[in-house]
Amino acid sequence: MRAAASILPLRAEGLCFSAGDVEILRDISLTITAGPPTMLIGANGAGKSVLLRLLHGLLKPSAGRVFWACPPEHAARRQAMVFQRPVLLRRSVLANTLYPLTLAGVASGERLTRAEQALALVGLADRAADAARKLSVGQQQRLALARAAALQPELLFLDEPSASLDPAATRAVEEIVLKLAARGTKIVMTTHDLAQARRLAGDVVFLHRGSVLEQAPAEAFFRQPASATARAFLRGELVW
Amino acid sequence: MQDLASAFTKAFGLILSLDPAVLAIVALSLRVSLSALVLAALIGLPMGALLAVARFPGRGGVITLINALMGLPPVVVGLLIYLLLSRSGPLGSFGLLFTPGAMIIAQAVLITPILAALTRQVLEGMWEEYAEQLRSFGAGPWRAVPTLLWDGRFLLLTVLLAGFGRAAAEVGAVMVVGGNIEGFTRLMTTAIALETSKGDLPLALALGMVLMAIVLGVNALAQGVRGIAARWAG
Amino acid sequence: MVTRIARRGVLPLLLAAVTRPALAQQRSITLASTTSTEQSGLFGHILPIFTRETGIAVRVVALGSGQALDIGRRGDADVVLVHDRAAEERFVAEGFGGPRRHVMFNDFVITGPAADPARIAGLGDAVAALSRIAAARAPFISRGDRSGTHAAELRLWQLAGIDPATGRGQWYREVGQGMGPALNTAAAQGAYVLADRGTWLSFRNRQDQRILIEGDARLFNQYGVMLVNAQRHPHVKAADGQRFIDWLVSPAGQSAIAAYRINGEQLFFPNADKPEPVS
Repeated sequence: MRAAASILPLRAEGLCFSAGDVEILRDISLTITAGPPTMLIGANGAGKSVLLRLLHGLLKPSAGRVFWACPPEHAARRQAMVFQRPVLLRRSVLANTLYPLTLAGVASGERLTRAEQALALVGLADRAADAARKLSVGQQQRLALARAAALQPELLFLDEPSASLDPAATRAVEEIVLKLAARGTKIVMTTHDLAQARRLAGDVVFLHRGSVLEQAPAEAFFRQPASATARAFLRGELVW
Repeated sequence: MQDLASAFTKAFGLILSLDPAVLAIVALSLRVSLSALVLAALIGLPMGALLAVARFPGRGGVITLINALMGLPPVVVGLLIYLLLSRSGPLGSFGLLFTPGAMIIAQAVLITPILAALTRQVLEGMWEEYAEQLRSFGAGPWRAVPTLLWDGRFLLLTVLLAGFGRAAAEVGAVMVVGGNIEGFTRLMTTAIALETSKGDLPLALALGMVLMAIVLGVNALAQGVRGIAARWAG
Repeated sequence: MVTRIARRGVLPLLLAAVTRPALAQQRSITLASTTSTEQSGLFGHILPIFTRETGIAVRVVALGSGQALDIGRRGDADVVLVHDRAAEERFVAEGFGGPRRHVMFNDFVITGPAADPARIAGLGDAVAALSRIAAARAPFISRGDRSGTHAAELRLWQLAGIDPATGRGQWYREVGQGMGPALNTAAAQGAYVLADRGTWLSFRNRQDQRILIEGDARLFNQYGVMLVNAQRHPHVKAADGQRFIDWLVSPAGQSAIAAYRINGEQLFFPNADKPEPVS
């Protein structure tokens, strides 16, 4: 299915990030391989979103590096990211979906097909002509997912995609995430919602105060976390 | 009081009678100011958008300069263009002095800094919102410029109207480079100045009211279109 | 998006908008002249007659005589018609144009408020009137714009042996604008002013201004016309410009000038073939 040179596994080595004097991430090393979704979990302020942005290349680490299995310029084109608050263009739903395809240089004949497929995937096919910003919050997030999915990325970063959604909209987002994962898209997603992490995770990266405390298969992590901190976190005792 | 009343009467008379001479002046004024607006927009909008998204050394200085240029005295612009377009000037061979073309150029020069400065201000806020998302899509500043211009179209309409208003209200520069030639380069504003100097204050005021009505009409039209479109786009 | 639109349609359209009037146009000449001839309505009366006869449109740029001559110097007009004989002769002597032809004359008047604080009404002597105005330190509005009227005013002060600059900022007020604005200012301030009769007659905002001095031979106001030197400025439309000058001094042009009246009063007196009475 995938083109010859896969961008995975993704390897981060010694990533540090500081904003001014504040150290946000400290010496993070981890490997992300193809397979079921990887969930980045941890309390608010643990550094999940910053780590996602470092991996995606939106932020530059103050130390350390991100390595891809292919040349970096290839890697940039085969990954996408959906933000907690989607930034939709002030255009129609369809135009929003077409926009990144145009930027990515997808042939004009193929763009429409891909965009329509992506909208069908998230259940917005009948809203294609509507103004994107007139959609409900949940629909907006689904559009953001469609926009990313249309790019057919090998790796998709999701930053708390359902944090501001009601349960029904959350469920819709999770279904889309599982569909994408089933198609072979590697999902790397942050969440502070443990139940959601249990529902989606193949493996788990547990972040605490800017450091990776554990990386383990989901089943093992939730059954028997290695660290006392993670145990406290799973019991809901640990906040910060 | 009497003069004001008489001006109102004359203004209505001018509008209602559809006096061909007045209509020709109105048409020329619109043609000149709208052409100047298009010319200035082609330069000012991308320039403003680029200033909103790009970060480079000296950016602050450029922004200060453009903001200062908003206050360019029209007569100075007029003189500058006059000296450039004069037969004895560097661009004299085009024969543009004392033609509508010269007035279009003068108005465009006057309003380009206004369009650029206001565009920068309006789009900077939008860029803060869009920057991360567009970078995630792989769009650099150059690619962001057209995106922001298109997505900011409803905000930019107000910017364009501000530019149009300034162009249409301008008298000093077009007087110098156009020459206020009857039937050829006489605009609403230069006609008003002429009638004022002839001491026909009611007629001057009446022409002023016609000008106001036109500017008001253009604004109402633009806002109406904007209202409908913006309601759709959210 | 924007650039695409620009490439397709707007740029060519705009270039057309800027250059069209300069390229395709009816036959025309540019005439640099004075506010007095334009604002008095004379051109509105005689130019259509010329255009009808010849098919040549005359585009008038109306400024003070000094500025109008400057436009001719820069080659931005084909013909110059002004009323400042000394400046005109300098223009010709410097090789910027010519020869200079007499066209017509009218006269200057001194107007002032009805109250006449310097009591000049009825003097009939312009120089004596200025002396009284200066002695009374009554407000006087000067054009101050190197126009023909301004030059005439300065000559009168010289004849009176007075340097009005000593009253500058007090009773002697230079507006640096055309005849109309100067009259507007005089009317608003209850001041005296030297005006050409044509502009005065067509001026609407007189308030209580009235003519106090007229008929003095020294108030004579001669207009002259010159073709801009086509050897200096090759684009000058010498043939059409000369045609206009020939028409102005021809019987047809001269009678058209004589026929222009406001309220039955003749404003300009053609004298192309007569020597001027005084200067």
